[in-house]
Amino acid sequence: MRLLVKTFLQKPELAAVLLLVLLIVLFQVLSNGIFLSAANLRGVLGLLPEMALVAVGVTLLMICGEFDLSVGSVFALMPMSMAVLMAQGWPFLPSVLVGLMLCAAIGFANGWLTIRFAIPSFITTLGMLFMARSLTVVISGGFPPRLDLERIPEHLFVAFVGPGELIRASFLWFLGLALVVSLLLSRTNFGNWVRATGGFLPAANAMGIPTARVKIACFMICSLLAGFAGMIQVLRVGSPLPSMGEGMELAAVAAAVIGGTVLTGGIGSILGGIIGAVLIRVIDNGLVLSRVDSNWFKFAIGALTILAVVGNAWLRKRGRAMKVEG
Amino acid sequence: MTDAFRKAKDPVISVRNLHKWYSGVHALRGVSLDFERNEAVGLVGDNGAGKSTLISILSGLHAPDEGEVLVDGRPVRMKGPRDAMDQGIETIYQYNSMVPSMSIARNLFIGREPLKASFLGLGILDEARMRAESVAAIADVDLHLRSPDAMVGELSGGQRQGVAIARAMHFKSKVLILDEPTNHLSVKETNKVIGFVKSLAAQKVTGIFISHNMHHVFACCDRVVAMAQGRVVLDRRIGETSIEEVHEVL
Ligand SMILES: Nc1ncnc2c1ncn2[C@@H]1O[C@H](COP(=O)(O)OP(=O)(O)O)[C@@H](O)[C@H]1O
Ligand SMILES: [Mg+2]
Repeated sequence: MRLLVKTFLQKPELAAVLLLVLLIVLFQVLSNGIFLSAANLRGVLGLLPEMALVAVGVTLLMICGEFDLSVGSVFALMPMSMAVLMAQGWPFLPSVLVGLMLCAAIGFANGWLTIRFAIPSFITTLGMLFMARSLTVVISGGFPPRLDLERIPEHLFVAFVGPGELIRASFLWFLGLALVVSLLLSRTNFGNWVRATGGFLPAANAMGIPTARVKIACFMICSLLAGFAGMIQVLRVGSPLPSMGEGMELAAVAAAVIGGTVLTGGIGSILGGIIGAVLIRVIDNGLVLSRVDSNWFKFAIGALTILAVVGNAWLRKRGRAMKVEG
Repeated sequence: MTDAFRKAKDPVISVRNLHKWYSGVHALRGVSLDFERNEAVGLVGDNGAGKSTLISILSGLHAPDEGEVLVDGRPVRMKGPRDAMDQGIETIYQYNSMVPSMSIARNLFIGREPLKASFLGLGILDEARMRAESVAAIADVDLHLRSPDAMVGELSGGQRQGVAIARAMHFKSKVLILDEPTNHLSVKETNKVIGFVKSLAAQKVTGIFISHNMHHVFACCDRVVAMAQGRVVLDRRIGETSIEEVHEVL
């Protein structure tokens, strides 16, 4: 028991992995073997990068001790601005770059306002949620522009690739970006500053870490990933909808929390956030395949989030209760 | 009043006429002091006397509103804790300067991580070196801990203070400031800290030891400075004063 508590304590995402395996087995049985069929996996893995990239950014920011509720709106604003520019004759790449710069600017604004005026990022980014969503609708002019698929390097983003054409190119983008952010957090001095800043801000300040800049950088990375994920979705479906990404901010927080990230900062891992996102996709898809009324989906995610927080709090309490010999 | 301090021949740190306001609160009202090289100074005074404010200026956390700080006789303007550390001033803060959710090895090097490769100040951590050096640093202060990978949050108050001391010593400070390091420690742990402060002179380190407990100060310091309401009200060598006299002025 001691060992078990200890292991889970050090790797809180392990519990989520265990649950994931259990659910996969369960859905495989309930769906009479359809769940793990190539056709279904193609669907699940094709959609996963969009949600998971948002979760990666939100997880990083939460570890740094801040929140971003504007990711769902940025998820829509970036591809909308890109599509509008392309509809005006801009080539693909410059449109993407402008879209990403817009994301970076929003992330910067989120961080700067939060720090400069010492307000909770919950509030700053709630404001940004409405503003970015409103901008999205305004620039769409009511008529979402269709993307000219001829001018998009589809093979780079949405084409099916890999063995058995199981994954889309976007999955490789996701893997690459997730790996970069994960290594940034675990293997670099910047990652050490992120954990210190989120773990105990006064100590980070006292040790001379530029905590304001660290936080702003995390806000920017989070916005950039959300915008990039939105772009991938739009390239997949062909047209940006002003309402896309609604509710995504909360799903991303749920993913991070399910994966063991703590709301007060300092504790968590990118891998955990990804596993949380995978769990959410698996539950979504598995319920449909098992012919459960799909309205239970949100119930399941909600229950799982609460369970994860309670479970992690219990583990930490047990961990503290365990005698640590000097 | 501001000139009632003991001048030193070769001070490692001097402060002159320091003033600090916190939005209306006049926390320091013209503090001037010399800290002699390799001397252990006890800084005493009631809560709110301005002790933490004084050391937060010495450690670069706050800038004085008036007055100046001299290190080795040269005026310095410190823009942050890093500037103070670069001058050889290490501080162990009253409200622990450790991150509980990080390992001992990670904590020891916050902001000063050894890197294997770097670009524009960002780089890959040399984790093997961090672990090895933290094991050595902890052994150097005679602390026995299981592993450099243990979370600081799992340590007792005394062990945490030990890690904080190990960190300060590892970076070879010439001045070590300890702000109420014995709060919440057991008698045994407290004695260890007192012994450590006593040993600083032999290691050629100047100590500034803040404490509520006069007995602790008299047990390990060469000199005692008493503060009240933002001013220095007494500055004596330990041999020239007594606990009673210090109590009287406070
Ligand atoms: N960050 C701060 N903001 C506002 N007032 C402060 C702050 N820090 C200290 N003070 C005030 O300054 C005075 C000196 O405090 P401090 O230096 O902490 O004293 P000590 O360490 O001797 O107990 C007190 O009146 C305290 O309330
Ligand atoms: Mg104090």
